Amino acid sequence: MSNVQAPTSPPPSKPTSVAPQVATTPQAPPAKLEPVRAKAFAAQITSAFPDVKVDWMKERRLKVSTTPARIEEVGIFVRGTLGFDHISTVSGVDWIARNELEVVYFLGSSTPGQEDFIVALSEHVARDNPVVPTMVDVWKGVEYHERETHEMFGINFQGHPNQSHLFLPEDWNDLPPLRKDYVSPGR
Amino acid sequence: MTLETEYMPDADRIMSVSLGPQHPGAGHFRIKLWLDGDYVVRAEPDAGYVHRGEEKMGEYRNYTQNVPHLERPVILDSSNILLPYALGVDELMSNKIPARAQYLRVIMSETNRIISHMYFLAIQGLFLGHTTLITWCMGDRDFWIDFAERIAGARVTFAYIIPGGVRNDIPSFAIDKGLKLCDWFDKRMDEYEKIFFQNPMVHQRSDGIGVLSREDAIAYGATGTVARASGLAVDVRKDEPYSSYDDFEFKTPVMTQGDVYARSYVALLDMREAVKIIRQALKRLPPGPVRLKLGPQPRVPAGEVYSRTEGARGEMSYYIVSDGSPRPYRLKIGVPSAKNLRVLPVLLKNVHIADIPPIYWGLNYWPVEADR
Repeated sequence: MSNVQAPTSPPPSKPTSVAPQVATTPQAPPAKLEPVRAKAFAAQITSAFPDVKVDWMKERRLKVSTTPARIEEVGIFVRGTLGFDHISTVSGVDWIARNELEVVYFLGSSTPGQEDFIVALSEHVARDNPVVPTMVDVWKGVEYHERETHEMFGINFQGHPNQSHLFLPEDWNDLPPLRKDYVSPGR
Repeated sequence: MTLETEYMPDADRIMSVSLGPQHPGAGHFRIKLWLDGDYVVRAEPDAGYVHRGEEKMGEYRNYTQNVPHLERPVILDSSNILLPYALGVDELMSNKIPARAQYLRVIMSETNRIISHMYFLAIQGLFLGHTTLITWCMGDRDFWIDFAERIAGARVTFAYIIPGGVRNDIPSFAIDKGLKLCDWFDKRMDEYEKIFFQNPMVHQRSDGIGVLSREDAIAYGATGTVARASGLAVDVRKDEPYSSYDDFEFKTPVMTQGDVYARSYVALLDMREAVKIIRQALKRLPPGPVRLKLGPQPRVPAGEVYSRTEGARGEMSYYIVSDGSPRPYRLKIGVPSAKNLRVLPVLLKNVHIADIPPIYWGLNYWPVEADR
């Protein structure tokens, strides 16, 4: 009997009626999902590079952090072995209280089945001498994103083909504007 | 076009010319060109003429005050740049968005997609020498702006999608108007196909021009219509369905030619899917509240979130770092124009000068959005 009735009953979660009067029950809060895939990716990265730190895991996100000395190796592993070949964006963060700057690469994937997943690869560097290696050789698409991070945070990407100003005026001679100790005019 | 009489030392034939920033087609944007006769040898984009420091402004304002100024960079696509911001703040605050608000977010987002693509097609018609398309698209675009005005009350910058839901409910008469508009627009798009996309002149002008391969689209991080025209089926709505997108039936249009024609045609196919989604959402709009009461200064717990959605031009993303204070510690806006900018020097190689405008505009590049 059950397989006769099954096709006629509508799927419970979707409102099928045209009239909007049908009261849909408020969706139950989703159960706390275990980030299975994030855990699997994190395990692969940490087994290859034991010093890589896992910052947080969510259902479709994973953030790992490493040092500027190791980031190129980890990046090649994340792109080649794990298949995260499509750069989404690059961001800098100024942790002024800890005297550190952070660079985060957000990496998407064109590999079937993991297009929804983003790996955030981060590195911390001292605020006084922020020199990190460029990742242009690993992902060609990071070139302008790194250029933007360079002008906005004053981070020097060693080996970058062109670090001239992209969005800021060429004659900008103040602190990099997204650093926390730069105060906007009028503030 | 301003002419710099500067010659490269190694080759007398090469002349450097700068296209823009006063060029009417380029907008607030300059392309440095190195020309050999009629051919482009090398091109380098020069952005930043409309940089406004949106990310720095975001650090000075609280999560509610950030709503109106964040949509200023993308006035054509203003709902789609707010949706990932709202999703990110909702995720940090663990907000449960009511079903009706999720549907209204989808309706507004897809309406904005049509408004943006109509503008794109209008200017693309102009650059390809087809003056009928600009008049048709600009005229028909107004009907969609009227529809958006009935929902949100504004015509360009809506500030409609906010953390916690949407600002106000849809008036009941707007649902009928919207359904009629969808039916009419479906027929109208058939006429666009006949007059523009099946036009032999348009084919001759755009087929095989500015070809981007699928490998290059992946390597250079292309997104949105540019990636989908090159056979890379990226669509955040399908990949990670947000805001109840998995309730609707729609397809991700993908073409494989990767040329100017494909990038224009993908926009039309996108609009067909958008109409489908709007019609389904209007018909099945669930009852209930449309926003949560968050207060004027919402308390956002400390944490980090990377939220992304599919805007009209491609993947819109936000990286929000909260330290528990009323203002974001860091607000990174990842906009599709900035992601696609790296493709421009790749495409502008060994092309005729006359092909620069359609290639440039085919990237669906919006200088204000890229500069932020």
